[in-house]
Amino acid sequence: MFNSSLKELTAALAARKISSVELTGLFLDRVEKRNGDLNAFITVDRERSLMQARAADSLIASGKAQPLTGIPVAHKDIFCAQGWLTTCGSKMLSNFVSPYDAHVISRFNDAGAVILGKTNMDEFAMGSSNETSFYGPVKNPWDRTRVPGGSSGGSAAAVAARMAPVATATDTGGSIRQPAALTGLTGLKPTYGLVSRYGMIAFASSLDQGGVLSRSAEDAAAVLNVMAGFDARDSTSIERPAEDYARDLDAPLAGLRIGVVKEHFGDGLAAGVGAAVQAALEQFRKLGATLIDISTPNSGLAVPAYYVIAPAEASSNLSRFDGVRYGYRAPEYRDLADLYSKTRAQGFGAEVKRRILIGAYVLSHGYYDAYYLKAQKIRRLIANDFAQAFTQCDVVVGPTSPTVAFPLGAKASDPVQMYLNDIYTIPANLAGLPGMSVPCGFADDGNGGSLPVGLHMVGNYFAEAKMLNVAHQYQRATDWHLRKPEGI
Amino acid sequence: MTGQMKNWEVVIGLETHAQLSTSSKIFSGASTAFGAAPNSHASAVDLALPGVLPVANRAAVDKAIRFGLAVNGNVADNINRRSVFARKNYFYPDLPKGYQISQLDLPIVKGGSITIITSSGEKTVRLTRAHLEEDAGKSLHEDFHGMSGIDLNRAGTPLLEIVSEPDMCSSEEAVAYAKALHGLVRWIDICDGNMQEGSFRCDANVSVRRPGDPLGTRREIKNLNSFRFLQQAIDYEVRWQIETLEDGGRIQQATVLFDPDTGETRSMRSKEDAHDYRYFPDPDLLPLCVGEDWIGAASKQLAEVGTPGMRKELYVAQFGLTDYDAALLTQSRETAAYFDVVVGAVGAASVKLCANWVTGELAGALNRAGLDIAQSPLPAARLAALVTRVVDGTLSSKLAKEVFEAAWNGEGEPDAIIEKRGLKQISDGGEIEKLVDDVLAGNAKQVEDYRAGKDKAFNSLVGQVMKASRGKANPAQVNEILKKKLGG
Amino acid sequence: MSLSVDEVKKIAHLARIEISEAEALATRQQLNDIFALIGQMQAVNTEGIEPMSHAQDLMLRLRDDVVTEQDQHALFQSIAPQVEGGLYLVPRVIE
Repeated sequence: MFNSSLKELTAALAARKISSVELTGLFLDRVEKRNGDLNAFITVDRERSLMQARAADSLIASGKAQPLTGIPVAHKDIFCAQGWLTTCGSKMLSNFVSPYDAHVISRFNDAGAVILGKTNMDEFAMGSSNETSFYGPVKNPWDRTRVPGGSSGGSAAAVAARMAPVATATDTGGSIRQPAALTGLTGLKPTYGLVSRYGMIAFASSLDQGGVLSRSAEDAAAVLNVMAGFDARDSTSIERPAEDYARDLDAPLAGLRIGVVKEHFGDGLAAGVGAAVQAALEQFRKLGATLIDISTPNSGLAVPAYYVIAPAEASSNLSRFDGVRYGYRAPEYRDLADLYSKTRAQGFGAEVKRRILIGAYVLSHGYYDAYYLKAQKIRRLIANDFAQAFTQCDVVVGPTSPTVAFPLGAKASDPVQMYLNDIYTIPANLAGLPGMSVPCGFADDGNGGSLPVGLHMVGNYFAEAKMLNVAHQYQRATDWHLRKPEGI
Repeated sequence: MTGQMKNWEVVIGLETHAQLSTSSKIFSGASTAFGAAPNSHASAVDLALPGVLPVANRAAVDKAIRFGLAVNGNVADNINRRSVFARKNYFYPDLPKGYQISQLDLPIVKGGSITIITSSGEKTVRLTRAHLEEDAGKSLHEDFHGMSGIDLNRAGTPLLEIVSEPDMCSSEEAVAYAKALHGLVRWIDICDGNMQEGSFRCDANVSVRRPGDPLGTRREIKNLNSFRFLQQAIDYEVRWQIETLEDGGRIQQATVLFDPDTGETRSMRSKEDAHDYRYFPDPDLLPLCVGEDWIGAASKQLAEVGTPGMRKELYVAQFGLTDYDAALLTQSRETAAYFDVVVGAVGAASVKLCANWVTGELAGALNRAGLDIAQSPLPAARLAALVTRVVDGTLSSKLAKEVFEAAWNGEGEPDAIIEKRGLKQISDGGEIEKLVDDVLAGNAKQVEDYRAGKDKAFNSLVGQVMKASRGKANPAQVNEILKKKLGG
Repeated sequence: MSLSVDEVKKIAHLARIEISEAEALATRQQLNDIFALIGQMQAVNTEGIEPMSHAQDLMLRLRDDVVTEQDQHALFQSIAPQVEGGLYLVPRVIE
């Protein structure tokens, strides 16, 4: 049951081989058993979940089941869910029980899915290792001494350890795709604007996008069908006709043009990771795809530009956390100014504070043009690079992350090294393009073991169905996505 | 103006915040109704709960466009087809997000002008810009155990901030400008103009300089919510600045508050920090684009609603009124409507007389009583009835003033007052002749003097006749009959 | 470029985050490392390039002027640190 696809689980529920209450209970038991070790969940609430499962069972009984009805889904703790503690991995929201549902949560609720729990994450989604969480680091199910990636490390660990069939996540610079790569999962960050940001606690508003961590492209398509959709409450939500993201899964890849960015195979890429990606490219050739060398000359500037734009937006987005209307308030303060500065000094962790300071600085008087405006221009250049690339190819492919999962603590004291983890994933966020990571093998972990490697794919705007097709065909030809951590 | 002030020039610019009269807030669906229970109109968006997002209100934009057209002769070259919402970042408890959504580099309206009239005639005040923004909440300073209470009902109410050029050089001009603007925004129905409720409030930038010198350092007086305070605050500030400079002091740029109790201005403690608002384009809100069809519709609508300027031109062209009178009559929609009723009833042939009564006797009485024309105890129909009696010769202008006084004081219809007080002018030739005969008989000396060529004696005789009639004799007729008798 | 400790303190104040002398010192080093990375941007000529502030080249969607929200202050204030009489309480605000 724990290794079943969503299609299989849905069929089992429909055939009454299992009820949603039973299925949810099984996964909750599993979370209970494994969470102490992996720390993937911040909140589980058995009663609340089972209540939803019972409602799902009656829907199924009355023949009103939709896809995902009765399926337990783990949600990144960045999505506000009414009545659920919603912490965003921060002490600042350690007492915040959301009074409302995010659009994404409403979509799952409307589909009759069950909230299995809220998953751990880097504080306010700022991190690439899940070590910045107020609730402690998440461990990688493949190697508990290593990070699962971040910021959606809890969702990744939960799905990789089969504690949840599927999980939601968000991606601002790689926070879905990098953990997917490091835990052997399929991760999809859709086109900016496809999934509503309403109720998704903002990190960098122009880059944040909700998506999926799943065990296969097929599962991801089923989940995206529920998650995506226009929301009038998000001014950046895109109004377009609903589509079935699974529609092209079975299309053959003959004639597919795959762009390979030569800049992505240079310095800094671990040899084993490079080899796994090359092997995947060979596999695509066998499937009938054509490989085309392309160049994205400005992608090297993506990380610097990102570390201006994202902190700038974050510094402003996080100003609302002031101890006045909700969340943490410092226990002692002299006056109003002291209330603010103590609440924020105590409520935010080191990485969040660091990014707020960077953001405040790059927007401040006299620096705006040199930093913020410059970064926005580079952002345009990067988007233009992709536009150029997509005149030559259908998808752009390369490694998701330069290395396999690294040991806990290895980069925690060196922010710049940590930031460079997202060198391959950030450009898609800057351009607003959909990105995906698919398991494509294993590489040496430098310590005698081997760990999962992710293949990164960027598609054109709204090319999700195409990307899922490419990933699904690859997964039909390979079994990397079926591998699971030892002891799971 | 004191002698001392003669050697100084005063430079004043105004920033006016007009609350746009929409039903819902500018970025949320909460009500804008005034006077609700604390925080009952503060929605999740207004409270800046984690994850919420702004969605802009079309009606607020529409009203801003209408304003732009109205201050530019219904020509749309001052409407930015693409404007940008930006975040103005600062911490204050009545500002839940820690930033105000406003417009900086690209406001919706740029340029335009307002025509004002003062005792020295007409003047054009140029507008720099008008931009959309959201209002803040309110801090209540009553004692809550030494704390302040925050009510966010007003947070998110749409504002149009209208910025003038520093074209005014006295408090009289500043008040005339504020009144003209107030009349305009109410006329075109974009703001209810209720100053007590804060729907229309001004900040005044004031500086002084020696003639020929460059502009002096300005101080900004915040939140003036009555025309009287505006005048008092500017007068005090100008005196203070001149005294400071004449005493050898220097003016420091500052934000000050006016205290109506002391009549003085004082620096705001909360604004002592040098501000760095770190403006940047709001990533949650895409560029605000206004198409030609929208502008066309707004222009058509404005042509129907009209403006004070359009009405003024009509009065000049149609009635031959002076610019000055026409301007006075179009200070507000209510004044013009009042005047239209009077003219309608009395007849266009007597339009000058009607104008004189509305801008003279009535305006004076309203001013003394501190009332708006809408609150006039003398309805337009009654003033019309009074003026009609002047036109038909029933009342002399002197008696008309007495009737006005009585009608103002609630004694009813002018005809009834005339009847009751016996104020009807004596225009019956026979009756006057009798009075003249009596006077001539009793004043042989004056008659003799007149015949000897002393013209003064004639006036004395007229006076005697008028006295005998208790002021009711028609003076023209008295003159005529007296001349005839003396000459005969 | 390089930030001074005073600049670090100044931006911490702008961001309303209390920072000790020792923290300011440590933060300064980290920020300077990060700004060295950010500084790579200056290598490329961006003259004439239109800044990109959104991931989409679309225009703002507007909503109709309709009141859609109900009074939920009891629910919202149930999670507030300190309220009284429907008001959020903060240390005295001095204007």
